[in-house]
Amino acid sequence: MSKKVLMKGNEAIAEAAIKSGCLHFFGYPITPQTEISEYMAKRMPKVGGLCLQAESEISAINMIMGAAASGSRCLTSSSSPGISLKSEGISYIVGCDLPCVIVNVQRGGPGLGSIQPSQQDYYQATKANGHGDEHVIVLAPNSVQEMAQLTSEAFDLADIYRMPAMILADGSLGQMMEPVDFELGSKREIPEKTWATNGTYGKRKKNIINSLYMDPNELEKSVLARFERYAEVTDKEVKYEEYKCDDADIVIVAYGITSRIAKTAISAARAKGIKVGLLRPITLWPYPKKPLRALADTAKHFLVVEMNMGQMVDDVKVATECKKPVSFFGRTGGVIPAPAEILAEIEKIAGGLN
Amino acid sequence: MLKTLKNLQNLTVITGHFGSGKTNFAVNLAKAARQDGRDVTLIDMDIVNPYFRAADNRAELEALGVRCILPDFANTSVDIPSLPPEIFSAFEAYETETDRLTIFDVGGDNGAVALGMYNRFFAQYPYDLLYVINRYRPLTEEPADCAALLGEIEYYSRLKTTGIVNCSNLGAETTAEDVSSTIGWAKDVAERCSLPLLCTAALRELAGELETVPDLFPIENATKFPF
Repeated sequence: MSKKVLMKGNEAIAEAAIKSGCLHFFGYPITPQTEISEYMAKRMPKVGGLCLQAESEISAINMIMGAAASGSRCLTSSSSPGISLKSEGISYIVGCDLPCVIVNVQRGGPGLGSIQPSQQDYYQATKANGHGDEHVIVLAPNSVQEMAQLTSEAFDLADIYRMPAMILADGSLGQMMEPVDFELGSKREIPEKTWATNGTYGKRKKNIINSLYMDPNELEKSVLARFERYAEVTDKEVKYEEYKCDDADIVIVAYGITSRIAKTAISAARAKGIKVGLLRPITLWPYPKKPLRALADTAKHFLVVEMNMGQMVDDVKVATECKKPVSFFGRTGGVIPAPAEILAEIEKIAGGLN
Repeated sequence: MLKTLKNLQNLTVITGHFGSGKTNFAVNLAKAARQDGRDVTLIDMDIVNPYFRAADNRAELEALGVRCILPDFANTSVDIPSLPPEIFSAFEAYETETDRLTIFDVGGDNGAVALGMYNRFFAQYPYDLLYVINRYRPLTEEPADCAALLGEIEYYSRLKTTGIVNCSNLGAETTAEDVSSTIGWAKDVAERCSLPLLCTAALRELAGELETVPDLFPIENATKFPF
């Protein structure tokens, strides 16, 4: 009998969090990610943890700040509009240098938008989850297995670098069911949380966790120190997948569910003799600039495919130093591109490549 | 049509843990019963899942002559679990049309609460309530947990289960061994629930390797992934 289990992406995130030692979940229901809360409500009491449905997303993220300050591994999840509500709290958590994991199972926007899957929160996730000079580590799974695996890695990364890590998924990954093996989780060494406000027991000076600085020079110093850590993350933690790029004239750049659709289109294009490959960023922040820069020397054309209006295009242009043309194809507002539509774009580009 | 599924009552309700394979089974049962000459209606009563639902198979089912009744807002931009009044037609003129089969594809776990408003009809007419189980779904791996969930579903639906359907699968990765190794488990669940194990559903391409499995119901994958 297989040791794997069949799970929805949302459930896989929740179970992976529990297996990573997460003991606090704070959330507020919103389609298409509510299974995370539901699963946590069933499982957390059995592992001695806490699942709490807060009165709002804002409340949930601030509960996360408290739990994270105590040194506990904690998780919150939402979908696009709910993440917007959390943005103030995320900035405070960054300002306090606290680790936590935030899940965004994206849906169509803007506004209340749609419950259908989208990737319209790329800018928000990678550029500005909140105010101030801030970043969070952004991981983009493309299967239910990766929903589990990257959640496990997100907890480790958050603890190692004392910053929030985000799982940026979409509704289709949250809702679809695939087999999962939980033994593939992250097993990194985690530094002791000497900064946690978990009681001095009269044995040490008290820890203070705060994002307010009376002296602007002190605040500047804290931001600079944080950016040194960001440089380390950028240096060490980039993750990506290269697929059939060796001989590729056209390289598709796509993440999450769109990369799976792109692979189907790539097989169809290759059957027609068009050499197409895929560069899939797994970390969206830090961004895989180096492999893209290298591909700019071998490929003739880049095609960005997303479920938005082209939010990643500029990142590809910067990474490739605009050495080769970058086109875009996408559907938005909760519409999923079909493999045939991507194939048509590939053929259009191939036609122009002499 | 498999012998154990041939004589299902005109009103047949499919329930189970969410993600167990209810919709896949319901869609395949609808097709098989239609081919068997029954006048089939499939009612998507899932008020739990926003997408990947029976409604995705509508065109194919209607081409085969299966009538589909879907929630008002299935596969739209909103998550409003309102059920159409057309569902009441399933109970109309019940006694006069004996070759009818109306399949209720109910949402997982407490999604069975949606059946409550039709209770007065189920109290009048004979029905079958099938409990779909999947060994590879977390939280129902232990036969005791699986049996306990059945109690919950009966509580929410206010109906009594009449049979067990083993849908143990790992999605597209399922091997014949993954299926055959669950038979003992499925029998254990059925025994604990004091119910008959009606069939084991498995993908048609695995059927050749599963000849020894009793009451095998070969199915096609009805889940439509975007890739």
